[in-house]
Amino acid sequence: MAKALVDLIARTFPDAIVETSAQHGDETVVLTPDSWKSVARFLRDDPRARLDMLMDLTAVDYPDREPRFEVVVHLYSLTKGHRLRIKARVGDAEGENAELDTLTELWASANWAEREAYDMFGVSFRGHPDLRRILTYPEFEGHALRKDYPAERIQPLVPYRDVPNIEKLAPFGRDEGMPFGRQTHAHGRLEIPSDEPESL
Amino acid sequence: MGDLISNNSEIVTPGDGQGFATTRLADMLAWAQKYSLFMYPFVTACCGMEFMAVSSPRYDFSRFGSEAPRFSPRQSDLLWVVGTIVQRQAPILRRIYEQMAEPKWVLAFGTCASCGGFYDNYATVAGIDKIIPCDVYVPGCPPRPEAVLDGLMLLQDKIQKGDRRPAVVKPRHDPVDDPGLGLVQVRRSRSSRPSNAPT
Repeated sequence: MAKALVDLIARTFPDAIVETSAQHGDETVVLTPDSWKSVARFLRDDPRARLDMLMDLTAVDYPDREPRFEVVVHLYSLTKGHRLRIKARVGDAEGENAELDTLTELWASANWAEREAYDMFGVSFRGHPDLRRILTYPEFEGHALRKDYPAERIQPLVPYRDVPNIEKLAPFGRDEGMPFGRQTHAHGRLEIPSDEPESL
Repeated sequence: MGDLISNNSEIVTPGDGQGFATTRLADMLAWAQKYSLFMYPFVTACCGMEFMAVSSPRYDFSRFGSEAPRFSPRQSDLLWVVGTIVQRQAPILRRIYEQMAEPKWVLAFGTCASCGGFYDNYATVAGIDKIIPCDVYVPGCPPRPEAVLDGLMLLQDKIQKGDRRPAVVKPRHDPVDDPGLGLVQVRRSRSSRPSNAPT
Protein backbone atom coordinates (compact mmCIF):
# COMPACT_ATOMS: atom_id res chain seq x y z
CA MET A 1 0.00 0.00 0.00
CA ALA A 2 2.60 2.46 1.06
CA LYS A 3 4.85 1.33 -1.78
CA ALA A 4 2.27 2.76 -4.14
CA LEU A 5 2.64 6.06 -2.31
CA VAL A 6 6.39 6.07 -2.95
CA ASP A 7 5.76 5.44 -6.65
CA LEU A 8 3.18 8.20 -6.62
CA ILE A 9 5.70 10.67 -5.22
CA ALA A 10 8.32 9.51 -7.72
CA ARG A 11 5.93 10.08 -10.62
CA THR A 12 4.63 13.42 -9.41
CA PHE A 13 7.93 14.89 -8.17
CA PRO A 14 10.69 13.24 -10.22
CA ASP A 15 13.44 15.41 -8.71
CA ALA A 16 12.31 15.33 -5.10
CA ILE A 17 13.43 11.89 -3.95
CA VAL A 18 16.98 11.42 -2.66
CA GLU A 19 16.55 7.79 -1.70
CA THR A 20 13.93 5.37 -0.49
CA SER A 21 14.02 2.44 1.86
CA ALA A 22 11.65 0.06 3.58
CA GLN A 23 11.81 -1.81 6.83
CA HIS A 24 9.21 -4.19 8.19
CA GLY A 25 6.77 -2.88 5.62
CA ASP A 26 7.20 0.78 6.54
CA GLU A 27 8.26 2.89 3.59
CA THR A 28 10.68 5.78 4.04
CA VAL A 29 11.28 8.53 1.51
CA VAL A 30 14.18 10.94 1.84
CA LEU A 31 13.25 14.20 0.15
CA THR A 32 15.31 17.16 -0.94
CA PRO A 33 14.87 20.10 1.46
CA ASP A 34 13.58 22.29 -1.38
CA SER A 35 10.69 19.98 -2.16
CA TRP A 36 9.87 19.31 1.51
CA LYS A 37 6.77 21.42 1.83
CA SER A 38 5.31 20.91 -1.63
CA VAL A 39 5.55 17.13 -1.34
CA ALA A 40 4.04 17.27 2.14
CA ARG A 41 1.15 19.35 0.87
CA PHE A 42 0.63 16.88 -1.97
CA LEU A 43 0.64 13.94 0.44
CA ARG A 44 -1.94 15.60 2.62
CA ASP A 45 -4.32 16.71 -0.15
CA ASP A 46 -4.07 14.09 -2.87
CA PRO A 47 -7.04 11.68 -2.68
CA ARG A 48 -4.76 8.68 -3.27
CA ALA A 49 -2.50 9.60 -0.33
CA ARG A 50 -4.76 11.52 2.10
CA LEU A 51 -2.10 11.49 4.84
CA ASP A 52 -4.14 13.71 7.10
CA MET A 53 -2.34 13.17 10.38
CA LEU A 54 1.18 14.17 11.33
CA MET A 55 2.00 11.75 14.11
CA ASP A 56 5.52 12.85 14.91
CA LEU A 57 8.20 15.24 13.80
CA THR A 58 11.68 14.99 15.20
CA ALA A 59 15.33 15.17 14.18
CA VAL A 60 18.38 12.93 14.34
CA ASP A 61 21.97 14.11 14.59
CA TYR A 62 24.57 12.19 12.58
CA PRO A 63 27.75 14.11 13.44
CA ASP A 64 29.86 12.33 10.82
CA ARG A 65 27.51 13.03 7.95
CA GLU A 66 27.00 16.05 5.79
CA PRO A 67 24.22 17.21 5.78
CA ARG A 68 24.31 16.53 9.46
CA PHE A 69 20.69 16.45 10.62
CA GLU A 70 17.85 14.30 9.43
CA VAL A 71 14.36 15.65 10.10
CA VAL A 72 11.93 12.75 10.34
CA VAL A 73 8.16 12.99 9.95
CA HIS A 74 5.73 10.14 10.47
CA LEU A 75 2.50 10.51 8.55
CA TYR A 76 -0.68 8.50 8.92
CA SER A 77 -3.91 8.42 7.00
CA LEU A 78 -6.92 8.19 9.27
CA THR A 79 -9.24 7.44 6.35
CA LYS A 80 -7.05 4.98 4.44
CA GLY A 81 -5.06 3.54 7.32
CA HIS A 82 -1.64 3.68 5.71
CA ARG A 83 1.57 5.26 6.88
CA LEU A 84 4.59 6.95 5.35
CA ARG A 85 7.82 8.25 6.81
CA ILE A 86 9.44 11.22 5.10
CA LYS A 87 12.86 12.64 5.87
CA ALA A 88 14.96 15.61 4.84
CA ARG A 89 18.67 16.16 5.43
CA VAL A 90 19.84 19.63 6.43
CA GLY A 91 22.76 21.40 8.08
CA ASP A 92 26.50 21.45 7.50
CA ALA A 93 29.15 19.79 9.66
CA GLU A 94 29.08 22.57 12.28
CA GLY A 95 25.32 22.41 12.50
CA GLU A 96 24.85 25.76 10.79
CA ASN A 97 22.33 26.51 8.05
CA ALA A 98 20.00 23.79 9.23
CA GLU A 99 16.83 25.23 7.76
CA LEU A 100 13.66 23.68 6.49
CA ASP A 101 10.21 24.92 5.60
CA THR A 102 7.66 24.63 8.37
CA LEU A 103 4.76 22.21 8.10
CA THR A 104 2.67 24.08 10.65
CA GLU A 105 0.18 25.40 8.15
CA LEU A 106 -0.40 21.87 6.80
CA TRP A 107 -0.67 20.07 10.12
CA ALA A 108 -1.15 22.06 13.31
CA SER A 109 0.52 19.29 15.29
CA ALA A 110 3.82 20.22 13.65
CA ASN A 111 3.92 23.42 15.68
CA TRP A 112 5.26 22.16 18.97
CA ALA A 113 7.16 19.28 17.37
CA GLU A 114 9.13 21.75 15.27
CA ARG A 115 9.77 23.86 18.34
CA GLU A 116 11.14 20.76 20.03
CA ALA A 117 13.40 19.93 17.09
CA TYR A 118 14.61 23.53 17.14
CA ASP A 119 15.21 23.43 20.86
CA MET A 120 17.02 20.10 20.97
CA PHE A 121 18.90 20.16 17.66
CA GLY A 122 18.95 23.73 16.39
CA VAL A 123 17.06 23.03 13.19
CA SER A 124 15.26 26.22 12.10
CA PHE A 125 11.90 26.03 10.43
CA ARG A 126 11.24 28.83 7.96
CA GLY A 127 7.82 30.39 8.36
CA HIS A 128 7.09 28.90 11.76
CA PRO A 129 4.69 31.20 13.64
CA ASP A 130 6.43 30.98 17.03
CA LEU A 131 9.84 29.35 16.88
CA ARG A 132 10.91 29.47 20.53
CA ARG A 133 12.47 26.89 22.81
CA ILE A 134 9.80 24.62 24.21
CA LEU A 135 11.51 22.27 26.69
CA THR A 136 14.55 24.16 27.90
CA TYR A 137 14.58 27.77 29.03
CA PRO A 138 15.46 30.85 26.99
CA GLU A 139 18.77 31.22 28.84
CA PHE A 140 19.90 27.79 27.65
CA GLU A 141 22.97 27.90 25.40
CA GLY A 142 23.42 25.38 22.64
CA HIS A 143 21.17 22.48 21.75
CA ALA A 144 21.08 19.66 24.23
CA LEU A 145 20.58 16.63 21.99
CA ARG A 146 23.32 17.47 19.54
CA LYS A 147 26.05 14.88 19.76
CA ASP A 148 28.67 17.56 20.43
CA TYR A 149 26.81 18.95 23.45
CA PRO A 150 28.99 17.95 26.45
CA ALA A 151 27.24 15.19 28.34
CA GLU A 152 28.06 16.62 31.77
CA ARG A 153 27.29 20.26 30.96
CA ILE A 154 24.48 21.71 33.03
CA GLN A 155 23.20 25.27 32.96
CA PRO A 156 21.51 25.99 36.29
CA LEU A 157 18.99 28.79 36.45
CA VAL A 158 19.56 29.37 40.16
CA PRO A 159 23.07 29.30 41.56
CA TYR A 160 23.87 26.30 43.68
CA ARG A 161 24.12 26.84 47.43
CA ASP A 162 27.41 28.16 48.69
CA VAL A 163 28.38 25.22 50.88
CA PRO A 164 31.46 23.01 50.73
CA ASN A 165 31.32 19.81 48.70
CA ILE A 166 28.03 20.71 47.00
CA GLU A 167 28.41 17.76 44.63
CA LYS A 168 27.98 15.23 47.42
CA LEU A 169 26.44 16.70 50.54
CA ALA A 170 26.02 14.98 53.87
CA PRO A 171 24.46 12.61 54.81
CA PHE A 172 25.48 10.84 51.64
CA GLY A 173 28.73 8.95 51.99
CA ARG A 174 31.41 8.58 49.41
CA ASP A 175 29.76 5.67 47.68
CA GLU A 176 26.17 6.78 48.22
CA GLY A 177 23.99 9.22 46.45
CA MET A 178 24.70 8.57 42.82
CA PRO A 179 27.43 5.93 42.79
CA PHE A 180 27.06 5.01 39.15
CA GLY A 181 26.86 8.47 37.70
CA ARG A 182 29.04 10.00 35.05
CA GLN A 183 29.53 13.06 37.23
CA THR A 184 31.36 11.06 39.88
CA HIS A 185 33.40 8.67 37.79
CA ALA A 186 34.33 10.20 34.47
CA HIS A 187 36.12 13.16 35.99
CA GLY A 188 37.90 11.29 38.74
CA ARG A 189 36.51 13.53 41.45
CA LEU A 190 35.56 10.55 43.56
CA GLU A 191 37.61 7.42 43.93
CA ILE A 192 35.77 4.49 45.42
CA PRO A 193 38.11 1.83 46.79
CA SER A 194 37.15 -1.50 45.35
CA ASP A 195 38.36 -5.05 45.76
CA GLU A 196 36.85 -6.08 42.47
CA PRO A 197 39.10 -6.57 39.45
CA GLU A 198 39.32 -3.76 36.93
CA SER A 199 37.69 -5.80 34.20
CA LEU A 200 34.37 -5.48 35.96
CA MET B 1 13.54 2.26 63.20
CA GLY B 2 15.54 1.55 66.31
CA ASP B 3 17.32 4.85 65.96
CA LEU B 4 14.10 6.77 66.06
CA ILE B 5 12.84 5.76 69.48
CA SER B 6 14.69 6.88 72.55
CA ASN B 7 14.52 4.65 75.60
CA ASN B 8 12.57 6.94 77.80
CA SER B 9 11.40 10.47 77.67
CA GLU B 10 13.84 13.13 78.77
CA ILE B 11 11.26 15.83 78.94
CA VAL B 12 8.71 14.35 81.30
CA THR B 13 9.78 13.70 84.88
CA PRO B 14 7.65 11.41 87.00
CA GLY B 15 6.23 13.09 90.06
CA ASP B 16 5.35 11.62 93.45
CA GLY B 17 2.12 9.99 92.41
CA GLN B 18 0.22 13.21 91.94
CA GLY B 19 0.50 13.19 88.11
CA PHE B 20 2.94 16.08 88.04
CA ALA B 21 5.18 16.81 85.08
CA THR B 22 7.67 19.52 84.24
CA THR B 23 9.05 20.46 80.86
CA ARG B 24 10.91 23.21 79.13
CA LEU B 25 9.21 25.65 76.84
CA ALA B 26 11.42 24.82 73.86
CA ASP B 27 10.70 21.13 74.25
CA MET B 28 7.01 21.76 74.52
CA LEU B 29 7.05 23.94 71.43
CA ALA B 30 9.02 21.29 69.54
CA TRP B 31 6.51 18.68 70.65
CA ALA B 32 3.70 20.86 69.35
CA GLN B 33 5.49 21.56 66.10
CA LYS B 34 6.26 17.97 65.27
CA TYR B 35 2.63 16.95 65.58
CA SER B 36 1.20 19.83 63.59
CA LEU B 37 3.22 19.82 60.39
CA PHE B 38 1.34 21.76 57.76
CA MET B 39 2.68 20.40 54.51
CA TYR B 40 3.22 21.92 51.12
CA PRO B 41 3.29 19.09 48.55
CA PHE B 42 5.58 20.07 45.68
CA VAL B 43 4.68 17.08 43.53
CA THR B 44 6.32 16.91 40.13
CA ALA B 45 6.61 13.29 39.06
CA CYS B 46 5.67 9.65 39.53
CA CYS B 47 6.52 9.67 43.25
CA GLY B 48 3.27 11.57 43.57
CA MET B 49 1.38 8.29 43.25
CA GLU B 50 3.19 6.96 46.28
CA PHE B 51 2.56 10.24 48.07
CA MET B 52 -1.16 9.75 47.45
CA ALA B 53 -0.88 6.23 48.84
CA VAL B 54 0.72 7.53 52.01
CA SER B 55 -1.91 10.19 52.45
CA SER B 56 -4.85 7.88 51.80
CA PRO B 57 -6.49 5.77 54.53
CA ARG B 58 -4.38 2.60 54.27
CA TYR B 59 -1.16 4.32 55.34
CA ASP B 60 -2.69 7.57 56.49
CA PHE B 61 0.06 9.94 57.56
CA SER B 62 -2.50 12.19 59.17
CA ARG B 63 -2.04 9.84 62.14
CA PHE B 64 1.27 11.65 62.63
CA GLY B 65 -0.23 15.10 62.73
CA SER B 66 0.82 15.83 59.19
CA GLU B 67 -2.66 16.04 57.88
CA ALA B 68 -3.44 19.45 56.52
CA PRO B 69 -2.00 20.35 53.12
CA ARG B 70 -1.56 24.07 52.63
CA PHE B 71 -1.17 25.13 49.04
CA SER B 72 0.26 28.43 50.11
CA PRO B 73 3.89 28.27 51.18
CA ARG B 74 3.27 31.06 53.69
CA GLN B 75 1.04 28.79 55.77
CA SER B 76 3.13 25.63 55.66
CA ASP B 77 6.04 24.28 57.72
CA LEU B 78 7.05 21.17 55.80
CA LEU B 79 7.97 21.19 52.11
CA TRP B 80 7.53 17.78 50.51
CA VAL B 81 9.58 17.72 47.32
CA VAL B 82 8.08 14.73 45.56
CA GLY B 83 9.72 13.84 42.27
CA THR B 84 12.32 15.01 39.81
CA ILE B 85 13.27 18.68 39.84
CA VAL B 86 14.49 19.97 36.49
CA GLN B 87 16.62 23.06 36.03
CA ARG B 88 13.63 24.92 34.70
CA GLN B 89 11.66 24.26 37.89
CA ALA B 90 14.53 25.09 40.22
CA PRO B 91 13.70 28.84 40.49
CA ILE B 92 10.10 27.95 41.38
CA LEU B 93 11.14 25.52 44.10
CA ARG B 94 13.63 28.04 45.44
CA ARG B 95 10.98 30.73 45.59
CA ILE B 96 8.48 28.43 47.31
CA TYR B 97 11.10 27.61 49.91
CA GLU B 98 11.95 31.26 50.48
CA GLN B 99 8.28 32.15 50.89
CA MET B 100 7.78 29.66 53.70
CA ALA B 101 7.89 31.13 57.17
CA GLU B 102 10.33 29.90 59.79
CA PRO B 103 10.55 27.35 61.24
CA LYS B 104 10.46 25.22 58.11
CA TRP B 105 11.61 21.76 57.12
CA VAL B 106 12.23 20.07 53.78
CA LEU B 107 11.72 16.41 53.00
CA ALA B 108 13.17 14.96 49.77
CA PHE B 109 10.80 12.23 48.65
CA GLY B 110 12.41 9.63 46.43
CA THR B 111 15.74 9.18 44.76
CA CYS B 112 15.31 11.93 42.17
CA ALA B 113 14.65 14.63 44.72
CA SER B 114 17.47 13.29 46.90
CA CYS B 115 20.27 13.06 44.36
CA GLY B 116 18.88 13.20 40.83
CA GLY B 117 18.68 9.44 40.53
CA PHE B 118 19.57 8.15 37.12
CA TYR B 119 18.74 11.49 35.52
CA ASP B 120 22.35 12.52 35.09
CA ASN B 121 21.84 14.97 32.27
CA TYR B 122 21.48 18.57 31.14
CA ALA B 123 17.92 18.91 32.39
CA THR B 124 17.88 17.66 35.96
CA VAL B 125 18.98 19.14 39.26
CA ALA B 126 21.02 16.37 40.88
CA GLY B 127 19.28 16.61 44.23
CA ILE B 128 17.28 19.46 45.72
CA ASP B 129 20.03 20.03 48.29
CA LYS B 130 21.92 21.80 45.51
CA ILE B 131 19.48 24.69 45.77
CA ILE B 132 17.70 24.44 49.14
CA PRO B 133 18.76 22.87 52.43
CA CYS B 134 17.16 19.51 53.05
CA ASP B 135 16.35 17.80 56.36
CA VAL B 136 15.30 14.25 55.53
CA TYR B 137 15.98 12.16 52.45
CA VAL B 138 13.69 9.23 51.69
CA PRO B 139 15.38 6.97 49.14
CA GLY B 140 13.46 4.70 46.81
CA CYS B 141 12.17 4.81 43.29
CA PRO B 142 9.54 5.43 44.44
CA PRO B 143 9.86 4.79 48.19
CA ARG B 144 7.47 2.39 49.84
CA PRO B 145 4.86 4.11 52.01
CA GLU B 146 6.52 2.54 55.06
CA ALA B 147 9.76 4.28 54.13
CA VAL B 148 7.90 7.56 53.85
CA LEU B 149 6.36 7.05 57.28
CA ASP B 150 9.84 6.28 58.61
CA GLY B 151 11.02 9.52 57.04
CA LEU B 152 8.20 11.46 58.63
CA MET B 153 8.89 9.96 62.05
CA LEU B 154 12.60 10.62 61.60
CA LEU B 155 11.80 14.24 60.88
CA GLN B 156 9.56 14.46 63.93
CA ASP B 157 12.35 13.04 66.03
CA LYS B 158 14.74 15.61 64.65
CA ILE B 159 12.28 18.40 65.32
CA GLN B 160 11.92 17.23 68.90
CA LYS B 161 15.68 17.18 69.35
CA GLY B 162 16.24 20.44 67.52
CA ASP B 163 18.61 18.60 65.21
CA ARG B 164 18.95 20.29 61.79
CA ARG B 165 21.57 17.91 60.40
CA PRO B 166 20.27 16.13 57.28
CA ALA B 167 19.54 12.42 57.57
CA VAL B 168 18.65 9.50 55.32
CA VAL B 169 15.95 6.96 56.06
CA LYS B 170 17.60 3.59 56.49
CA PRO B 171 15.99 0.42 55.14
CA ARG B 172 13.76 -1.40 57.55
CA HIS B 173 14.78 -4.76 58.87
CA ASP B 174 12.44 -7.51 57.77
CA PRO B 175 11.75 -9.80 60.76
CA VAL B 176 11.10 -12.73 58.45
CA ASP B 177 14.76 -12.67 57.47
CA ASP B 178 15.83 -13.19 61.08
CA PRO B 179 16.31 -16.96 61.58
CA GLY B 180 16.26 -16.67 65.36
CA LEU B 181 12.62 -15.62 65.43
CA GLY B 182 11.38 -18.58 63.43
CA LEU B 183 8.81 -16.52 61.55
CA VAL B 184 7.38 -17.64 58.23
CA GLN B 185 6.08 -15.48 55.44
CA VAL B 186 2.34 -16.09 55.06
CA ARG B 187 0.23 -15.11 52.07
CA ARG B 188 3.22 -15.05 49.76
CA SER B 189 1.01 -16.48 47.03
CA ARG B 190 -2.55 -17.65 47.08
CA SER B 191 -1.84 -20.99 45.40
CA SER B 192 0.73 -22.10 47.99
CA ARG B 193 -1.59 -21.36 50.88
CA PRO B 194 -2.81 -24.52 52.65
CA SER B 195 -6.53 -24.97 52.44
CA ASN B 196 -6.97 -25.50 56.20
CA ALA B 197 -4.89 -22.50 57.21
CA PRO B 198 -6.50 -20.29 59.82
CA THR B 199 -7.62 -16.98 58.47
